[in-house]
Amino acid sequence: MCLAVPGKLIDVKRSPDSTSNIATGTVDFQGTRVDANLIFTPEAKEGDWVLVHAGFAIQQISETEAIETWRYLDVGEFKEELPEFEDTRPTGEWR
Amino acid sequence: MSTSIAPRVDTSEAISIAHGGGGEMMRRLIDEHIIPRLGNRFLNPLDDSAVFNPTNKRTAFTTDAFVVQPLEFPGGDIGRLALCGTINDLAVMGATPIALSLAIVVEEGLSFTLFDRILDSVAETAAEANVVVATGDTKVIERQNGDGLIITTAGIGEIRDDANLGQSRIDEGDVVIVTGRIAEHGLAVLSVREGLSFQTQIVSDVAPLGGLVASIFDSGADVKFMRDPTRGGLAGVLADACEASNLSIEVEESSIPLSPSARHTAEVFGLDPLTVANEGKIVVVCPVDDADRVLQACRTHRLGHHAALIGQFKKEEPSLVELITEAGGRRIVQRPYGEELPRIC
Amino acid sequence: MIPNRIQDLVQTLNRVCDSLAPMAFMEVCGTHTVSFQRSGVKSLLPDNIRLISGPGCPVCVSPQGYIDAACEIASYPATTICTYGDMLRVPGRHGSLLQKRADGADVRVVYSPIDAVRLADEHPERAVVFIAVGFETTVGGHAAAVLEAQDRGLDNFFLLTSQKLVVPAMMALLAEGEVCIDGFLCPGHVSVIIGPNAYVPVVQTHRKPCVIAGFEPEQMLRGIIQLVRQVAQHAARIENIYPVAVRREGNPVAVRIINEVFEPADSEWRAMGTIPVSGLSLRTEYQQFDALERFDVDLGPDYDAPGCCCGQVLQGKVEPRDCPLFAIECSPSNPIGPCMVGSEGSCAAAFKYGHDGTRRACISSDRR
Repeated sequence: MCLAVPGKLIDVKRSPDSTSNIATGTVDFQGTRVDANLIFTPEAKEGDWVLVHAGFAIQQISETEAIETWRYLDVGEFKEELPEFEDTRPTGEWR
Repeated sequence: MSTSIAPRVDTSEAISIAHGGGGEMMRRLIDEHIIPRLGNRFLNPLDDSAVFNPTNKRTAFTTDAFVVQPLEFPGGDIGRLALCGTINDLAVMGATPIALSLAIVVEEGLSFTLFDRILDSVAETAAEANVVVATGDTKVIERQNGDGLIITTAGIGEIRDDANLGQSRIDEGDVVIVTGRIAEHGLAVLSVREGLSFQTQIVSDVAPLGGLVASIFDSGADVKFMRDPTRGGLAGVLADACEASNLSIEVEESSIPLSPSARHTAEVFGLDPLTVANEGKIVVVCPVDDADRVLQACRTHRLGHHAALIGQFKKEEPSLVELITEAGGRRIVQRPYGEELPRIC
Repeated sequence: MIPNRIQDLVQTLNRVCDSLAPMAFMEVCGTHTVSFQRSGVKSLLPDNIRLISGPGCPVCVSPQGYIDAACEIASYPATTICTYGDMLRVPGRHGSLLQKRADGADVRVVYSPIDAVRLADEHPERAVVFIAVGFETTVGGHAAAVLEAQDRGLDNFFLLTSQKLVVPAMMALLAEGEVCIDGFLCPGHVSVIIGPNAYVPVVQTHRKPCVIAGFEPEQMLRGIIQLVRQVAQHAARIENIYPVAVRREGNPVAVRIINEVFEPADSEWRAMGTIPVSGLSLRTEYQQFDALERFDVDLGPDYDAPGCCCGQVLQGKVEPRDCPLFAIECSPSNPIGPCMVGSEGSCAAAFKYGHDGTRRACISSDRR
């Protein structure tokens, strides 16, 4: 339902034609660049990695995590144990 | 065609209906813009036909029409595309091009600056491919958006004596080679299309392939089938070969040449690189024993550095193209169905 | 050639599945559906695991009346329709947006709803209508577009909304109880916004395991492994194996902006009917951006084309290849229903990539 791709924020700017003062940034996907709206990731700054969906950065992610996400594309070989995952018990709900 | 009345534009800067009217304006267009760039002994007399002496070789004859928006894109333009399209259609039949025709339908309002750039590109590509534009025509249509240009080219070529090509010659065990990295033309054009404001390093691979094809034949390999995977991409050519040969093809995804940039860009658009257009690649089918010769010939040519063996024909029912994915799974590859739109959500 | 870690995961999966009764997991998200097929991971799953595609393709779940309304608005004078690429080909009663474009309507594919706002700003003489389909991941952008249009003082930008919430649809499927589901592979990117706790009702009310996973082969395999482990333990927990992107709290900024512009509302889903509080509509303060109000268009009734099983496919009740039209009358080049259109639609994925990625293919001669 939702395709989102991690990319690196290479510059952050106030949109020149916007009065809303919301930052946009140029996100680089290994050589292809797109302007992304940063309204949902107000703390993102140059050099950070973000997950982009339909022109919006929807989450900041760490660089190592981003590379991890791309890594399956580059066939590397290593072995690791499956970690035991955290059990995120209920604490609240959407709205 | 639009019926609205458009303002007449300054003829010194833009093409107008009068330039297609067959009078003085048209003569000036030809003399000042076309002949200086594309002139040669066949074209210059401006006769109604170019005249050749027949050869005793088999002759290939093909035609293709070209529309692309924008007219100029990273790595090429409609002029280069129109020449390469026809040259490559001849090349993959084992034919060395003798001459091309060039018919341009241009929309009133197109700037001469852009028109000239496209003609320059046609001239450069013709020189690169060592072929002449022997005859041509220009028509002007009424203004719509002021940026329209359609090119139709046709070409004749002499078929090499050693070329014996046909999908019916494909046998079980034959291998599939692709001469370089795929998907670059389609991604480059898509990224600059209106409404999709991307910038990309990817440039179209559009190039005339006569030289590469000659190297492949000169290697002495028994080439059974060749096709350039343009619209429809690699998937389209594989599906065609599978259908025509009644054999299955097993393709190893990890061996398909694809630049990291193209891989990631396809991911951003949500596209399958196998279905994205190429304009400078060839799919070659040959016996497994000749694969090394073909690969060697490609890799020593500047347009074939990344050539790779990607699959093999198998006798399995029903005949399908099967991809062994990078994850080690299997899936079926099908001909794509028309325009691939970027998948966004 | 097979990467070792995938091989290891497949082995692990086979081991944990060994001697368990057949299990059916729903991948709610259409992007998961496509990724499973395109990566070939679906063909690596053990025989006792069945994947059911869920109602997570925004194009597919929009009711037919919505498509018809979009096409009707497209034919109004001085009106520009902006849409995500996938909506273009969905057939309505009187053709698709693509056909409307061929008939002369101004229909444009955009990458972002902000592009539509920009277009409205540049063309004050035209009404610009954005086809706002999507789940939680996407609706944030729609909310931001409305705020941007307001900031720019635009009175010619409108949304035609068919915005859906994931969890209510999961709950409706479970409440109906017709489809046997042993657990959910939850959508990674929706969860980026709503956070793992959104799935609490699924776990508490229906005791179904929920595992949030990303879209790479490794993530999907790990997700399935964790679901199987929960089944084996008779457990029902929420697990997040995609912490790269999914935070415990989701994305509170996005949630706040969504709630500022939209409010939860009953929403009509294709073939599933109206599900209470399963959609998002413009709040009263933002009514002036509602295309239905501006154009005085009604959403007509939902319906399926005769013989089309899209509604059933969406709910996991019918497999694409079991639809009588599949690969015969209905194909991506001539789609009868929306599941054959959206690139993430189950039928399109099954057609393009083979039903389960193996030789039991989807070609018509081999069907049934």
